[in-house]
Amino acid sequence: MSLSTEQVGHLARLARLALTDAGIEATRAKLDDIFGLIEQMQAVDTKGVEPMSHPQELATRLRADAVTEADRRDAFQRIAPQTEAGLYLVPKVIE
Amino acid sequence: MINASLVELRRALDARQISSVELATLFLDRIAALNPQLNAFITVDRDGALTAARDADARIAAGQAGALTGIPLAHKDLFCTEGVLTTCASKMLANFVSPYDAHVVSLLKAAGAVSLGKTNMDEFAMGSSNESSFYGPSKNPWDPSRVPGGSSGGSAAAVAARLTPIATGSDTGGSVRQPAAFCGITGIKPSYGLVSRYGMVAFASSLDQGGAFGASAEDCALLLGAMTGFDERDSTSLERPVEDYAAALAAPASAKPLEGLRIGLPREFFGEGMADEVRAAVEAALEQYRALGATTVEVSLPNAKLAIPAYYVIAPAECSSNLSRFDGVRYGHRAAEYGDLADMYSRSRAEGFGDEVKRRILVGTYVLSHGYYDAYYLQAQRLRRLIAQDFQAALAQCDVIAGPTTPTTAWALGAMADDPVQMYLSDIYTIAVNLAGLPGLSHPCGFGAGSLPIGLQLVGDYFSESRLMNTAHRFQQATDWHQRRPACAQ
Repeated sequence: MSLSTEQVGHLARLARLALTDAGIEATRAKLDDIFGLIEQMQAVDTKGVEPMSHPQELATRLRADAVTEADRRDAFQRIAPQTEAGLYLVPKVIE
Repeated sequence: MINASLVELRRALDARQISSVELATLFLDRIAALNPQLNAFITVDRDGALTAARDADARIAAGQAGALTGIPLAHKDLFCTEGVLTTCASKMLANFVSPYDAHVVSLLKAAGAVSLGKTNMDEFAMGSSNESSFYGPSKNPWDPSRVPGGSSGGSAAAVAARLTPIATGSDTGGSVRQPAAFCGITGIKPSYGLVSRYGMVAFASSLDQGGAFGASAEDCALLLGAMTGFDERDSTSLERPVEDYAAALAAPASAKPLEGLRIGLPREFFGEGMADEVRAAVEAALEQYRALGATTVEVSLPNAKLAIPAYYVIAPAECSSNLSRFDGVRYGHRAAEYGDLADMYSRSRAEGFGDEVKRRILVGTYVLSHGYYDAYYLQAQRLRRLIAQDFQAALAQCDVIAGPTTPTTAWALGAMADDPVQMYLSDIYTIAVNLAGLPGLSHPCGFGAGSLPIGLQLVGDYFSESRLMNTAHRFQQATDWHQRRPACAQ
């Protein structure tokens, strides 16, 4: 399999990674190698095999609908890039 | 004292031959002297360590010491530590002072262990050589021109160089066992679900599992025993009673302590691709196991060769999903210049992540994208089932599986830095174990050219940690590979 420059650019946009043209080109060759490795999977007939998502087949646990966490907003916002009045600041999204 | 076992350190602390403060100072001074060359630590927490050591001394004086009270350790830098930098070796988290402790960190704090600091790793645990660290690679203490392995390379290098007696790690595809093998120490990855992932920065959630490093299986047993246990904050944490692994090692010595143990040798792990010196060391170790009473039987893992392709779908898919949280909004790196919100995300992520992390995010984004899910992610999960079934069939014929941990000894820094696929293939013996979710242990079993350590991997059925560590412990009682030290620790 070989990815085109456009495909890698599209993936980078989906993944929210601002890659330069040179970065996309450098990445493309390495991704081709990786997909070459991954393609080996396709040679195996897995018809009827149940997909395995986890080693232990766990059911999601239920818990009481109760408040268990203390309010630590100040501690969590101290490490944020930009906050104001208890809110996280990001560029304006609604004109 | 730097080469003492945890049992010996416990005896010395309890007998007041040394205080916890003195012990912490001894290791902190070694870190100060040797870390500039080895780069095993990203953060050294001298003040925090000395405070914890004073508390431990008070506990010991009050007669309330447990097995790890006053024992120094180090955490891989993906375990969140409240008030201490937790970088995951990424520029993305270079400014992240965690506001909370990982479950593993709180358990070890409660046990009275003294954290010396945070160890180097591959960025977000993605790598097998430590070279993807934003802070530069840690070096192998046996030969600083070589890699320590990865991703928990800093933890393994720190234990091997005796900058700390024990260290935590995590293992998604071999990240405890492979660096343990490369650095000549013992490391164990327990069954998936035994160690809580709460506060352990996520890479591939269905594979990630915390693990333990020590010089010996006995030291690992003491550390791992304090790390396991149900935690409701991890949805995959298992509700099982905590085992006393160290107590299980106490059976009286005998000439044939492994009488009756059947060791399975997967023919696929002894084929081509393994270096001659690795084969020789592993076969000599198996001879030693037979001398201790074990028998060996050939088994087969016919789908083992599919483990790497399946892993490089599942791990990147889960990584691309997990790492979508790094957006420059609530914590971590934010680009200095940006336009709109999408531009802020894209620039912050492009600046914050290194090349290998970006590649895996892109691979994951592709395999999860519309129309490709069945062909990649579901196919990989079906192969995962086949691989897990192979292990069950093999383990019906034996008690533990043994083989090399890695095909070669540690390679030179830079040797594979530009060839990701070549590096992926080096994890051929460890990755299948993560896909199946089984426990695996690596212990030293010899040396290759240039005095580089060689590791033997033991794999057991689910929850057979005790048997794996006991098996390695009996081997270590009869041999001294685990007591060999690099020049810097003699």
